[in-house]
Amino acid sequence: MLPSAEVVDLSRLQFGATALYHFLFVPLTLGMTWILVIMESVYVMTGKQVYKDMTKFWGKLFGINFAMGVTTGITMEFQFGTNWAYYSHYVGDIFGAPLAIEGMMAFFLESTFVGLFFFGWNRLSKEKHLMVTFLVAIGSNLSALWILIANGWMQNPVGAEFNYETMRMELTNFAEVILNPVAQVKFVHTVAAGYTTAAMFVLGISSWYLLKKRDTGFALRSIAVASGFGLASVISVIVLGDESGYTTGEVQKVKLAAVEAEWHTEPAPASFTVMGLPNRDAERTDYAVKIPYVMGIIATRSTTEEVMGLIDIKNENEQRIRNGMTAYADLQRIKSGDKSDEAIAAFKKSKDDLGFGLLLKKYTPNVTDATEEDIKHAAKDTIPNVFVLFWSFRVMVAMGVLMLFIFAASFYFTAKRTISKQTWLLRLALFAIPVPWIAAEAGWIVAEMGRQPWTISGILPTHLSTSSLGAGELYFSIAGFIGFYTLLLIVEMFLMFRYARLGPSSLHTGRYYFERAGAPAGLTSH
Amino acid sequence: MTFIDYETLKLIWWLFIGVLLIGFAVMDGFDMGVTTWLPFLGKTDDERRVIINSVGPVWEGNQTWFITAGGAIFAAWPFVYAAAFSGLYIALLLVLFALFFRPVGFDYRSKLEDPRWRNMWDWGLFVGGAIPATVFGVAFGNLLLGLPFHYDDTLRSFYTGSFWALLNPFALLCGLTSLSMLMMHGAIYLQLRTDGEVQTRATKAAVAAGIICAVLFAIAGIWIAFGIEGYRITSIPDVNSAVNPLTKTVEKSIGGWLSNYHTYPWMMLAPVSGFAGIAIALWAGKQKYERTAFLFSSIAIAGIILTAGFSMFPFIMPSSTDMTSSLTLWDAVSSYKTLGIMFIVTLIFLPLITVYTSWVYRVMRGKVTIQQIQDNTHTSY
Ligand code: HDD
Ligand code: HEM
Ligand code: HEM
Repeated sequence: MLPSAEVVDLSRLQFGATALYHFLFVPLTLGMTWILVIMESVYVMTGKQVYKDMTKFWGKLFGINFAMGVTTGITMEFQFGTNWAYYSHYVGDIFGAPLAIEGMMAFFLESTFVGLFFFGWNRLSKEKHLMVTFLVAIGSNLSALWILIANGWMQNPVGAEFNYETMRMELTNFAEVILNPVAQVKFVHTVAAGYTTAAMFVLGISSWYLLKKRDTGFALRSIAVASGFGLASVISVIVLGDESGYTTGEVQKVKLAAVEAEWHTEPAPASFTVMGLPNRDAERTDYAVKIPYVMGIIATRSTTEEVMGLIDIKNENEQRIRNGMTAYADLQRIKSGDKSDEAIAAFKKSKDDLGFGLLLKKYTPNVTDATEEDIKHAAKDTIPNVFVLFWSFRVMVAMGVLMLFIFAASFYFTAKRTISKQTWLLRLALFAIPVPWIAAEAGWIVAEMGRQPWTISGILPTHLSTSSLGAGELYFSIAGFIGFYTLLLIVEMFLMFRYARLGPSSLHTGRYYFERAGAPAGLTSH
Repeated sequence: MTFIDYETLKLIWWLFIGVLLIGFAVMDGFDMGVTTWLPFLGKTDDERRVIINSVGPVWEGNQTWFITAGGAIFAAWPFVYAAAFSGLYIALLLVLFALFFRPVGFDYRSKLEDPRWRNMWDWGLFVGGAIPATVFGVAFGNLLLGLPFHYDDTLRSFYTGSFWALLNPFALLCGLTSLSMLMMHGAIYLQLRTDGEVQTRATKAAVAAGIICAVLFAIAGIWIAFGIEGYRITSIPDVNSAVNPLTKTVEKSIGGWLSNYHTYPWMMLAPVSGFAGIAIALWAGKQKYERTAFLFSSIAIAGIILTAGFSMFPFIMPSSTDMTSSLTLWDAVSSYKTLGIMFIVTLIFLPLITVYTSWVYRVMRGKVTIQQIQDNTHTSY
């Protein structure tokens, strides 16, 4: 008995929502830790108190965010088991390892030292405390590395093989899993996105202090750090995003074609669709605005290679589904007890397409008795939601370009020492605080929805991956998550706004705005 | 890689997961115990802050034992990770929801002055300690009873029990054993890290919890001997190869969980350390040998967990409805290659973690006092 479509949809909804929610906090942690390292290094080198205050104040905001990152991360760690049990069985042999290594190598490091970061100021020498901050940064970035190795493997499952004895994928080459090109580009693009996010956060809030003419020395120094770090990061995000697109084109043709809404294979170099309304049913893009040549060059880095269109990919997949039916039949033969060399050799030949055969389970549990119509349906399923991918991708890129402009301008005016006078830029930076989050969430939607209908590309379809749960259980958990997460978000935002408004006065050093004579009274806090 | 055979690796992984679970219970156990006591042992806000700050800098690292144990079970025993967590769906979600209160509770509680705000988070922290401590015990109890699940021929697992069925008398007894065990441990930790009124109250609390724990543990033992069916493998393919869980046969009998103790009498060390650990810990606490008390409280925890582990060995998750589907350390495991790689990774990182964790505890050592809280009111939790 397979999980019902309702359970599959609810599981996807829950996983997608909790992951996107987790990723509201992740990027800020990834980047903030490095910004703290930079600020504290300046403090250790120059001995100037204001840099210590900067480290402590931005550290407070970091702490408020970090708590939510941990809260939501625990959910993710166990959700593969609770909601994706068949997935966990089918690929746990490979997928579990990076998760376990992440715990031992990264989470322990960041979680053990983060306590010392907050409580160790009076117990450690300056240098030792800086080392602690550095270890927190290393820990959080290593955690990104391992989880993205796991996630990269879902996109491009290398170094593994199906074992008919245990009915699952098993590891054949761990080095391939770690050095997976998809994982590598994902890692650099994602952490750079995190750095950009944190830089935008510091830049935006500091700009507000300048607009309010509060704590200007503190704000200017924070802007100097944020604009430099941010400019380097946003350039990396864009360059590495292009790299990511290129790698995607190599191993996940369908995702690239969907992002570009390329239905038919065009002669090289293909044109780039800037805008349009992709229409999945009619298999075309309405109202398309195109620039000749550009896409072919970005995606293939040549003027002669073609980018395969969705309809050709679909036809290719149809053939693989037919092979997959053979693979399934061969596997049934082995499972029913025929372990002759001949049976095994037959399965070996067809097994790379076993996953495509499994796509048919949605239409007929026996796979081998699929009708022509079932095969056509299944082939059509292999094309993800083009409309969503097309637009999410464009949103991400647009946000990237916008941030490039903001950071470049801030950097320029900081160097010229006139940033305080650029009210328009300060305002823009303040209102752009949400921009990196929009880009990052859109990026995940591209990456994850672009993988549909698979959880493991070409190996395990999503509709087979879930646990054997009832819809009631899922409604319970989804209601729980929505309730808790909404409440926690309100609390978090409340504290974040309050402390950002207070600014460095929240350190109670007596040196900042609200603690001076004549400052507006009424703000007390800890 | 053929430095160790598959069978030995499988055994080593049983030990490793045991070490991670005991590490979790000893390390995260005391902060869960501490927050369970929080609303009761702290009468004033300052006292409560003393209690919170006694674990404030370290609870986060402690919780990583839990997360890592989860990850390690995924990597080494994917069958268990999949079948247990999806089968015990509601129970695990309750644990997750309760754990949500901890990171935010610690970090946000003292950021505002309002007593209602603080009181609310104090109860949140209580929930974050007491619920997981109890549910883990309930889960262990149900493992000993066997869970109603089976596999189909594609090795998809199906769980046929309900959440309410988990709350049977024996499992609830195990839940209370686990709760009182961690409450004892937490109170003993508070003796070590606090002074004055709070310490005096913690000493009394530790004795009460310790005695309750010992009594419940003894009752559970008797129940297992006379009232519960234990499982036994009657045939299994060569355990030195990849084994499909559906290829073995299993039988069960009353008192079956004691057979390992007959075969390997040294295993009796586990329950003995459980009882002796509690007794010595309580005695040492009264004598103000606070470190000794903590050490023996930890030994008691290890003893109690190992008692359950040894009884079930080699079973991890017996099935009450389809005994063949039971999961054991021989057939619920990852491939030889994955176990081997993770073995090396663990050998490298577990000692490293121990070293830097000890360093952090050394830096943060000493008593947390009301004076300190008042002096650092803006930086303490
Ligand atoms: C690119 C980075 C990234 C991605 C894709 C994910 N995480 Fe995450 N995670 C982090 C980066 C991160 C972090 C930066 O290391 C966090 C965020 C804030 C924090 O406290 O640490 C974290 C926290 C965090 C924690 C708490 C750790 C602790 O106590 O310190 C867990 C258990 C997970 N995550 C697990 C997951 C799982 C199972 C994911 C897969 C779906 C996942 N995360 C996606
Ligand atoms: C934190 C960053 C992440 C975000 C924002 C994210 C986002 C999403 C989204 C939006 C979906 C729903 C896709 C759909 O159903 O159409 C999804 C599904 C899923 N993602 Fe991710 N994801 C993240 C990280 C990961 C990682 C690191 C992994 C694995 C290690 C992962 C594994 C999955 C799985 C198993 C599903 C469910 C099956 C599916 O619907 O494809 N995700 N994720
Ligand atoms: C401006 C140029 C950018 C380009 C060309 C670009 C390109 C890409 C591509 C192709 C993917 C999909 C990778 C895959 O599914 O395999 C992706 C994913 C992603 N992008 Fe971007 N991106 C850009 C900007 C940004 C910005 C500004 C951010 C955030 C600050 C961002 C955050 C992400 C994230 C978090 C993901 C998901 C993780 C991943 O798959 O790497 N991107 N990006």
